[in-house]
Amino acid sequence: MSERKLHPAVAGAQPMYRAENDPDAPLFEGAYKQRFDDILTRYPDKRAAILPVLAMCQELRGWISSETIERVAELLDLTPAYVLSITSFYTMFRPQPVGKYLIQVCTSIGCDLCGAENVVEKLLAATGTRTGEISEDGLYTVIEVECLGACGFATVVQVNERVYESVKTETVTRLLEELR
Amino acid sequence: MQATETTTRATSLTIDGTDVTVPEGTTIWEAARQLGIEIPVLCHDPRLRPVGVCRMCVVDVGERVLAASCVRQCADGMSVVTQSDKLDRCRATLTGLLMSDYPDESRRQVTTADDQLLELAERYGIERGKSALPRGNGRPDDLSSPVIAVDHSACILCDKCIRACNEIQHNDVIGRTGKGYGTRIGFDLDNPMGQSTCVACGECASVCPTGALTNVQLTAPLRPRSALTSVDSLCPYCGVGCTITYHIDPEENTVVYADGRESPGSQERLCVKGRYGFDYSRHPQRLTMPLIRREEFYPKGALSSDVRGARGARRRKKPGGLVDYDEVMPAFREASWDEALDLVAGRLKEIKDTHGSSALAGFGSAKCSNEEAYLFQKLVRAAFGTNNVDHCTRLCHASSVAALLETIGSGAVTNTFGDVGNADVALVAGSNTTANHPVAATFIKDAVHNGTTLIVIDARETGIARHAHHFLQIEPSSDVALYNAMMQVMIEEDLVNHDYIRDFTEGFEELREVVRSYTPEAAERVCGVSADKIREIARVFARAKSALIFWGMGISQHTTGADNARCLISLALLTGNVGRPGTGLHPLRGQNNVQGASDAGLIPMMYPDYQSVADEKVQAKFEKAWGIPLDPKPGLTVVEIIGGALSKEIRGMYMMGENPFLSDPNTNKVRKALAALDFLCVQDIFLTETAEFADVILPASSFFEKTGTFTNTDRRVQVGRKALSSPGEARLDWEIVCDVARRMGYPMAYDSTEEIFEEFTALAPSYAGLTHENLQPTGKLWPCPDPETGDGIQILFGDGFPTPSGRGKFVAAQHQPPAELPDAEYPFVLNTGRLLEHWHTGTMTRRSRALDAIQPQAFCEMHPEDLAELGVETGEPVHLATRRGSIVLAVRASTATPRGNVFLPFHFREAPANILTHDKLDPFGKIPEFKFSAVKVEKAEAASA
Repeated sequence: MSERKLHPAVAGAQPMYRAENDPDAPLFEGAYKQRFDDILTRYPDKRAAILPVLAMCQELRGWISSETIERVAELLDLTPAYVLSITSFYTMFRPQPVGKYLIQVCTSIGCDLCGAENVVEKLLAATGTRTGEISEDGLYTVIEVECLGACGFATVVQVNERVYESVKTETVTRLLEELR
Repeated sequence: MQATETTTRATSLTIDGTDVTVPEGTTIWEAARQLGIEIPVLCHDPRLRPVGVCRMCVVDVGERVLAASCVRQCADGMSVVTQSDKLDRCRATLTGLLMSDYPDESRRQVTTADDQLLELAERYGIERGKSALPRGNGRPDDLSSPVIAVDHSACILCDKCIRACNEIQHNDVIGRTGKGYGTRIGFDLDNPMGQSTCVACGECASVCPTGALTNVQLTAPLRPRSALTSVDSLCPYCGVGCTITYHIDPEENTVVYADGRESPGSQERLCVKGRYGFDYSRHPQRLTMPLIRREEFYPKGALSSDVRGARGARRRKKPGGLVDYDEVMPAFREASWDEALDLVAGRLKEIKDTHGSSALAGFGSAKCSNEEAYLFQKLVRAAFGTNNVDHCTRLCHASSVAALLETIGSGAVTNTFGDVGNADVALVAGSNTTANHPVAATFIKDAVHNGTTLIVIDARETGIARHAHHFLQIEPSSDVALYNAMMQVMIEEDLVNHDYIRDFTEGFEELREVVRSYTPEAAERVCGVSADKIREIARVFARAKSALIFWGMGISQHTTGADNARCLISLALLTGNVGRPGTGLHPLRGQNNVQGASDAGLIPMMYPDYQSVADEKVQAKFEKAWGIPLDPKPGLTVVEIIGGALSKEIRGMYMMGENPFLSDPNTNKVRKALAALDFLCVQDIFLTETAEFADVILPASSFFEKTGTFTNTDRRVQVGRKALSSPGEARLDWEIVCDVARRMGYPMAYDSTEEIFEEFTALAPSYAGLTHENLQPTGKLWPCPDPETGDGIQILFGDGFPTPSGRGKFVAAQHQPPAELPDAEYPFVLNTGRLLEHWHTGTMTRRSRALDAIQPQAFCEMHPEDLAELGVETGEPVHLATRRGSIVLAVRASTATPRGNVFLPFHFREAPANILTHDKLDPFGKIPEFKFSAVKVEKAEAASA
């Protein structure tokens, strides 16, 4: 099967969570400006481009800051309040900077029944953080997320773009070691 | 007043058994409303885009599930049931769900709106406290705004506030944040409301169905509308003339809160001044007794250290922006009305007998009604015997009116502001519309939203510029060069409307000759806008199917003010943009009765309705009507009268509601002039700076205490109705004027303002047929040929102009520099202007609790790069000096003001802008150049601020 080239506007086509994010990287410059322009070509109006544009900003910086919201609002002719309504609705958009590894634990019903809460607790203890914080060594941020779509392998944990299946409290330490 | 949709098909259906036919696309909710059937709804308002989120308006259309009537469109043959047991059960369940976490009565804030959710709960017998959910949802209150209280726990997320903010006012402040049960409304980036970009128009609170957003108590305790008396009246502030219903507590004699009222002009919209600025009328400093200056305070002069301009003035005990009553009041003693009126009439008559009528003068006010303005000019003309009567319009649109009268024969607007919805292109020139005419600005923003191309031309990047497709930031005072260049391009590229020029204009050849040399390249050097951009704008404007021009003080308040206005008029005539929908000339009027005060004859060269005092036939008409010989010599204008006082040409003055000490240019000269008057009578509601120079002060009534007509910027004559009684012995202005006239030997007797209006309309053809009665409830535009049924003529001059030739005249203008250019010593350009929250000299708004809380301090604005060069941080004090005087005040950094410029609001008496301005006049309109003086800026020592 030949490699399928995805349009840059497809949100999932680019990694939203990268280990090498830079929380203060300049937005919409160079290649990112080019990608922004490409994204706009795909939609009938600017507003429709909001998700891929935000995803691109997060890919670059690892989070969506107030400054990012204001810039995106300005570029897409939207109000900052409207952009905030989008970013605060989707848990995938992070309101704070994150560590090198964003550990997302599914706590929807299936995973919860299989012990997701304990996995979260163990991860927080092992990283010495509270939900959403960056660990002291800058490596880890643990958050709870909605269903990751792999209920047959509960508890599901996604670290940046990679999915780990059937995570148990016993395997948490090994998982963190592997990342390190 | 949006463009009517192209004729659509009709749809026929039955609603609750009644046949109804509506245009295709009408929603069921709207169709039912037209039938008088009320369908309960929480998330919908006819002025908003329907979203169908509360589901309360569901109706039975015989489908699988019920349909939300606010979004569902009518269909042919549809049979709709709006009331049934099933529907009641559905609505009751929905109400119960919304009530399940509704906060307890005990912690609910009092709401000024009718709480529609509680009404439904009552209707459906929902018992509170039955739910297992905790009371309230833990979301906090936000009390950071001085005028709107936010109770997030009472919010049902109907989004009405968001749509009102975005779709009605276009302020775009409110959104939703979060998801699921944690969702709530948020301001900007979820800031507290008081720290967001909210401009406090209160539109959100006015539409909120649950009182989650509600007005803060400003006067007497808030009570539901049904517990208060309501009076349909008007806003006392700007020329937009918004219609308002005031809710009154009669026992406290105070307005408790205000609501926008439906009318063709303002359509229920209000701004912060109209909605929250009503409480000044009950301020404890209201004048309640006539006052006479004590013997020992002669010779006259300023009484407070502020007005004296004393060096130590800034160390005064009390902060803030009001006349220090403790300093001023001891100079006056209370007197009876009889004593005061006898003194006023006696002294004025004495001056008239000794020095002649022309030694007397009167300033009326554009804040007074048509009836008061008419009577006042009659007092000056008939009882004083002079035409020395003028008012503050001289300081705002005198040049515009002069240019309009010269070119098209009428000083009023040719079209209403609301018709901008029909304009292909709107040009806003020199108008800070969002601050000075906020509700008119919402209609311009509406139009932009619906496809009108907006061009904004201004020296400052004002609020409206942020909505513009094309914003041209020109060098201050370079207007003529820019407009001439635009016209040069239109003529050169043959974009002008030849048919219109041939049929309706004269003087085109002369115009062509004058603008020939104004190439875009030449204009670029003067106005700082690129030649390409000038060409582009000229093409956009010329190719517009319809274009409407708005302008404000940025055009008129220059020594070239009339020339600036002439250019805008020529632009419209050249492209045939007068007399059709979506076209016209609209100088936005400042005061609530600027149009009416001029119409009523507060102009030294005109009787009521612009009839020339120099015209013998007109003179004979008024001599007959008023029964006394009249002076055929045109009188002096505002600034000339002040000059005349200094030279002793003017010796006695009567001022009704004007405060020239702060409003007129070159304060130091005004101070000397006022002190030089032999006699000054000031009639006002507060002790103004000007009143410090008075011999007699007469306590008058505020807007809320009287009935009269006011003419707005659209030429709409509306009735302002008495809502409160006057304090103490304060009297109605028209009664005072009558008494003074009588005591001067000229009989004036009326029973009511209706009777005065009748006399005025009989003498003013434009107002013919209008009466207080037929002006209810929302007024009429003048001229109004069929006053019993019609609304008046909206669009004037579709078939020619009221000029001798019947044609509009091109009057070409050459670019001229302003009177005082910056130099090495005074390197900055000083531009004075206004703020959204304050009104002119601040007499009213600085006594309004809410408005003063939002904008309490004097400041000026400069570009951050200029501040950096001066080594001044934002918020620090600066020393501003011109050749005439100096002031010290805080500076704020803002990129809205271009480099090399200082923007200075003139509302603040503690830093009076007109200490700095000069009094050179436009030779034609006699308006001073408030918008351009050369100024020096230095860092000031913090201690002296």
